[in-house]
Amino acid sequence: MSRSFVELERLAYAYPDGTQALADISLRAHQGESVAIVGANGAGKSTLLLHLNGYLRPQQGRVRIGDLSLTKESLPAVRRLVGMVFQDPDDQLFMPTVAEDVAFGPLNQGLPVAEVERRVNDALQRVGALALRERPPYRLSGGEKRAVAIATVLAMEPAMLVLDEPSSNLDPGARRRLIRLLAGFEQTTFIATHDLDLALDLCSRTVVLREGRIVADGPTAEIFVDAALLAASGLEPPLRMQGCPLCGQAAIETT
Amino acid sequence: MSGIDASLFDLGRLDHLGRQETPLHRLDPRAKILTTAVFLVCVVSFGQYDVAPLLPYAIFPIALASAGRIPFDYLLKKLLIVSPFALLVGIFNPLLDQEPRLQLGSLAVSGGWISFMSILLRFALTVSAALVLIAITRFENLCLGLQRLGVPQVFTLQLLFLYRYLFVLVDESRRLVRARALRSVGARGLGMRVYASLLGHLLLRTLDRARRIHIAMRCRGFSGEIRSLQPLRIGHPEMLFTLGWCGIFMVLRIWNLPQILGDLTLRLVT
Repeated sequence: MSRSFVELERLAYAYPDGTQALADISLRAHQGESVAIVGANGAGKSTLLLHLNGYLRPQQGRVRIGDLSLTKESLPAVRRLVGMVFQDPDDQLFMPTVAEDVAFGPLNQGLPVAEVERRVNDALQRVGALALRERPPYRLSGGEKRAVAIATVLAMEPAMLVLDEPSSNLDPGARRRLIRLLAGFEQTTFIATHDLDLALDLCSRTVVLREGRIVADGPTAEIFVDAALLAASGLEPPLRMQGCPLCGQAAIETT
Repeated sequence: MSGIDASLFDLGRLDHLGRQETPLHRLDPRAKILTTAVFLVCVVSFGQYDVAPLLPYAIFPIALASAGRIPFDYLLKKLLIVSPFALLVGIFNPLLDQEPRLQLGSLAVSGGWISFMSILLRFALTVSAALVLIAITRFENLCLGLQRLGVPQVFTLQLLFLYRYLFVLVDESRRLVRARALRSVGARGLGMRVYASLLGHLLLRTLDRARRIHIAMRCRGFSGEIRSLQPLRIGHPEMLFTLGWCGIFMVLRIWNLPQILGDLTLRLVT
């Protein structure tokens, strides 16, 4: 079996106010795997994601991405490997135009201008937002903003993608387009989400967090039929696996 | 539209003007910054009672505004908004300095009024030049230009972020004000008291958001250096622009053009 691409070993993190956000997190993912991180609000999903690209450095334990063990020295290299898409696209889009925003990462990587231009156009093309190139980000719709936010990360050509709540605040159509887009990615992907239907579509594996600890880690299809586990973690089975209110048929008891 | 909305729109307009594509906009920001700096030094270097020699300097903001397609009414409106400061600085001059300095027919004009005029004129010239500079240059290029000219990174970054987060701040305050307005049902809410809490919230929210934006920037490799797609280059147009204007400023500084013109007309008439 090939060596894992991502490895978290006994990771722990407490916020300065004493809240233990993560405890004893051990996790491996191989190249190209897509993993859903699910759990209630405050279960530690976002904190876990922030460790994956080194924004937070482990207080205990170890993080390894590719061949790089996460340390202060390897930080710039790790950030080049990992693309992070934030929950609120408004936090991610801070440049005056879409094109400049997408160019921000590649420019910081020190790439020549011609190459940056190519990457900007490629990334925008891929998310279907090429027409938005010269628009200011704050005038875009929610779905467009999300697409552009993903393009800003794609333009850096990361080996791994980390997405925090990618489908929040999207209309159903935009959500479906997002799922199609993400399904086309070959990178290793971590998605933190409450949208279990999205996880069902995109992630072969699911990790359930509760109060900063991993309480389950396995194939998505198996995790999502364990109603007791989901209920204890503040979750419900994906809507598609629940009963139909019109035909009155209960699929899984959820209470 | 509430006041906050309108001012945000206005800021956005300045930003929008800075993104036009004219030969003036394409000039290297350093050339524009240097020229404006020389302009400012020339204008403020005149004596307290100088009015006439300052007048020809208006050609710089006017020429740049028309070449850069900056609407004059927009500039005038901005000037009016900040004019109370200049008025306040100069308003006591006519009272303090009543010695007659100028005789217009039978009318004696005191030194105070002349220096007041001079202050107003200088204010109009310097502020409009600065406004035009921002309106013909992308703000991030302006910061980049300043940095290349040797301004420490700490200051240029502050400037850049001040400008960027301004939109964030205004956006957050708009939401707070709207939330208050909707729940105070047309009445005055809880009066002034509630504003203290609003301000506190605004500060916390803005800090929080600024932190998240900072994370996002760091995640995309931001290391404190401003980079731009538009390469900076000092070429012939930049040299021509800077040297040409500086030459004009010098000429206007050394010779009092309105006086020379006046003398000339007088001589022609008599």
